[in-house]
Amino acid sequence: MENFAYVNAADVEQVPSLLSDDWTETKMIAGGTDLLGELKEYIETPKKVVNLKSIPGLDKINADASGLAIGALVTLTDIAAHPTIQHHYTVLAEAAGSVASPQIRNVGTLGGNLCQRPRCWYYRNPDIICLKKGGDTCYAVEGLNKYHAIFGGGPVYIVHPSDTAPALIALGATAKIVGPNGERTMPLEDFFVLPDVNPQRENVLEPNEVLTEVHVPQPKMGTKSTYLKVRERGSFDFALSSVAAHFEMSGGTCSKANVVLGGVAPIPWRSVEAEAALNGKRITDAVAKQAGEAAVANAEPMTDNGYKVTLTQNIVSRAAMRLA
Amino acid sequence: MPKKVHVQTTINGEAVEYLCEPRQSLLEVLRDVLHLTGAKEGCNNGNCGACSVILDGRLVNSCLVLGAELEGKSLETIEGLAEPEQLHPIQDAFLENAALQCGICTPGFIMAAKALLDQNPNPTEHEIRYWLAGNLCRCTGYDKIVRAVQDAAQTTS
Ligand SMILES: Cc1cc2nc3c(=O)[nH]c(=O)nc-3n(C[C@@H](O)[C@@H](O)[C@H](O)COP(=O)(O)OP(=O)(O)OC[C@H]3O[C@@H](n4cnc5c(N)ncnc54)[C@H](O)[C@@H]3O)c2cc1C
Ligand code: SF4
Ligand code: FES
Ligand code: FES
Repeated sequence: MENFAYVNAADVEQVPSLLSDDWTETKMIAGGTDLLGELKEYIETPKKVVNLKSIPGLDKINADASGLAIGALVTLTDIAAHPTIQHHYTVLAEAAGSVASPQIRNVGTLGGNLCQRPRCWYYRNPDIICLKKGGDTCYAVEGLNKYHAIFGGGPVYIVHPSDTAPALIALGATAKIVGPNGERTMPLEDFFVLPDVNPQRENVLEPNEVLTEVHVPQPKMGTKSTYLKVRERGSFDFALSSVAAHFEMSGGTCSKANVVLGGVAPIPWRSVEAEAALNGKRITDAVAKQAGEAAVANAEPMTDNGYKVTLTQNIVSRAAMRLA
Repeated sequence: MPKKVHVQTTINGEAVEYLCEPRQSLLEVLRDVLHLTGAKEGCNNGNCGACSVILDGRLVNSCLVLGAELEGKSLETIEGLAEPEQLHPIQDAFLENAALQCGICTPGFIMAAKALLDQNPNPTEHEIRYWLAGNLCRCTGYDKIVRAVQDAAQTTS
């Protein structure tokens, strides 16, 4: 990898001033499990790397009656093992526990999980300058697209690799961002952007903005949630397709369903179709089956990824049955 | 040329100081600067676990941590496990169970097993397989490794 200057940030307010307004000049490092891969392959060659781990207080989880506040530096291991998260925000504990390997969860942070870059093999190849890297072609369209998008693709067809993002969106989380002009807060769902808005980025962050915290409202009584993820390799892997399901239940019926898919679109993909098939229904085998069918009714598979349609249909049904 | 970083840290209980480039991974520092070659480089990208070490009590891939980030921390590597005349019980169990063939994955597996048993002295087979999932072995087929960890759990707990 190219050499760079390594700078420890003292506090959150200092971070924007340490970062350039040009993406290529500076990068932040949290756990580094994604960034080091990019640096080693010369996908990124920043002159300066700003360490966030030196900022005190960003590695805390606070659970109270208003919900959960999770600092950007909290590790995936700590999220997966947190008793309140396991009991009341189950989908998040399951999603965090499904990420990568123990080694990577021990250092990988929530902020890094949400801001990680795509895994598309053309993007990760240093010799290929595709649309995402400022070139003019998405090679996945005519090339090998087994791991690419079946929803929301165009002009680039990456899938968003994060497991925690679908879970947090299903839980209605908001994100706190600090930049040169102070702080802004937004629903995490609006944090991610489709490639037709910006083909080169996956979220709204400017190069000198930092994600500092995620807030999750306390789920209502009687809420159930789960994360189901299918991987090609049994031990650990990114999702071929995953579903975060979070249902508000009243007297045996699902009063409000949140269904967010991972691994199938350039952003975490809310399935409004599956939600409509579940809202107001008692969840029977037939309703769960309809939800799966609805989830993929508008899928647009590419040449090599039609299998993701069936996979997604089945895991949506299975997640609904699990929560019935 | 960005300047080198001066690091003061503890490795296997001893105070250690070194200079490294910001871009050097902990694995490179261990092997090339400190000549602790027990941690192995398999993939250099987080997929194989051959470079596993224990940093402040947590198992990590040393290829995905920067050497500069060891400042003020405490590191355990495979070199620190055995006593002068006595192997660590996990090392014994790997030998007794023939839980290795080529051996390249072994230091990483033993550190992963240690990190697991330090936290959970009596893991079930399922727990062993879950917590060792970040370590690849291309030779043994894993069963002997799982048995070795089960045996080591018996002796250490
Ligand atoms: C072998 C392997 C398998 C993996 N499997 C999975 C998987 O199954 N599921 C999954 O979800 N992920 C997976 N990952 C990706 C893994 O890197 C992330 O899950 C991890 O959480 C990243 O966190 P980090 O702190 O290490 O990020 P870093 O590498 O430190 O950062 C990642 C990116 O985000 C930026 N960033 C970090 N923190 C912030 C912040 N607070 N604000 C703004 N930008 C920030 C960095 O600049 C960088 O571009 C895998 C990675 C590897 C190497
Ligand atoms: S999917 Fe995105 S990252 Fe992959 S080749 Fe197309 S533009 Fe590049
Ligand atoms: S060399 Fe570090 S995980 Fe393979
Ligand atoms: S013994 Fe050869 S890779 Fe495990």
